[in-house]
Amino acid sequence: MKRLLIAPLALCASVAVASPELEAKVEEMMLTSFKESGIASLDRQKRDAVQKACSSPELPDSATMKKLEEAEMATIQWPSNGDYLGGDWKQGEKIAYSGRGLTWTDASPHNNGGGCYNCHAMDPKEVSAGTIGVSLEGYGKLRGNSEEVVKYTWGKLWNAKAYNACSNMPRNGYGGILTEEQIRHLMAYLFDPASPVNQ
Amino acid sequence: MRKQLLATAVSASLAAGAASVLAEDLNFDEYRQMLADGNPAELFEMEGEELWVTARGPKNATLEQCDLGLGAGVVEGAAAQLPRYFEDTGKVQDLESRLMTCMETLQGIPSDEIINGKFRQGERAKMASLVAYVVTHSNGKPVNVDLSHPKMQEMYALGEQAFFYRTGVMDFACATCHGEDGKRIRATSLPNITTDKGAAEGWTTWPAYRVSNSQFWTMQHRLWDCFRQQRTAEPVFGSDVTIALSVFMAGKSNGAEAAWPGVKR
Repeated sequence: MKRLLIAPLALCASVAVASPELEAKVEEMMLTSFKESGIASLDRQKRDAVQKACSSPELPDSATMKKLEEAEMATIQWPSNGDYLGGDWKQGEKIAYSGRGLTWTDASPHNNGGGCYNCHAMDPKEVSAGTIGVSLEGYGKLRGNSEEVVKYTWGKLWNAKAYNACSNMPRNGYGGILTEEQIRHLMAYLFDPASPVNQ
Repeated sequence: MRKQLLATAVSASLAAGAASVLAEDLNFDEYRQMLADGNPAELFEMEGEELWVTARGPKNATLEQCDLGLGAGVVEGAAAQLPRYFEDTGKVQDLESRLMTCMETLQGIPSDEIINGKFRQGERAKMASLVAYVVTHSNGKPVNVDLSHPKMQEMYALGEQAFFYRTGVMDFACATCHGEDGKRIRATSLPNITTDKGAAEGWTTWPAYRVSNSQFWTMQHRLWDCFRQQRTAEPVFGSDVTIALSVFMAGKSNGAEAAWPGVKR
């Protein structure tokens, strides 16, 4: 309780670590201040292990991170037919550009965009790409298509938290944001030598 | 004419895709300059000024006795000291939830009508005009939010925690996009709200007129759309999370000069 009172005075200093009491109040607030709307149910207000561990400016310790990452790694679905790169980069491009889907104003939880350009540069000709994520310009050209790189990329697209528990990137496959087929198209957009990403 | 030329220059550089020019355009400074001496939010402000003195609601009363924290009827400087703790309601209130209290107690307009309504419609639209009127009377004044009351301190702490609270189908928190300097979503620059400077950048420029859709958005509206894009469930109008985040941002903005109403892309 003391800490809770002191926090606002230490404005520029580090963020107060939430006491269990404050933590409980926040969880309560994040539930009661919201209402179900369309496809956005109140389940969205409850955090899973990764979300909870990463709800602070300080990263969890490395052992916790590793444990979380292992659990997330186990959720990755590798291509059912062993086909990583057989997608269509043109369809991948559409998915990369579209930031639509999963808001309470979207009618269906399906056919979502990947929102990739919100955060990542991809096609070097696209100047209004976001900068929250790393640049993916020339992705396949720079990294090649070794099994290691290809598998990592698939896994990262499916569940980014398997590689960095507190990554800013959504868990596209695990979270049901994108389908396996859509992820395959994005793989093509990243790796296909004909894709604008690699020009 | 000057406006036209600038607008043409902006779209031409976008079309040409000249990255160096674009960097400036992305910040939207030219457009903001263009509108500095004629903010379309004035229309909302004028409507709000009239609403303030118009007898309305079941009680057929005006809002001239509304106490926004500086005494009954004082509008000058009122927005700069909000949110604050109010003895009469026993709550921390932002400008919108306080106006809701005044509309209910003085005019008899039920708060539920606003809480369950939609932005830019009905009583909530009228409320937005009232907001435009009130914030204009704090334009140029330093943000001056009193955090000393225990309930304000609690709200600040809750707001800070809510800011970093990762949840929903995309695991986003406010901090996901507003946690580092110099980041953008597509062409939109994002203030780093974890810093006092970044928090002030947001707090002192909303409510704002949005040129892209010709709409005036209050802070409640701004936060509501942040949560929509964050893919959470829908925040309730005037709910604790909206007040807590407002106290967090306003508290970090103390001393910064309000530029209300703002102009945005």
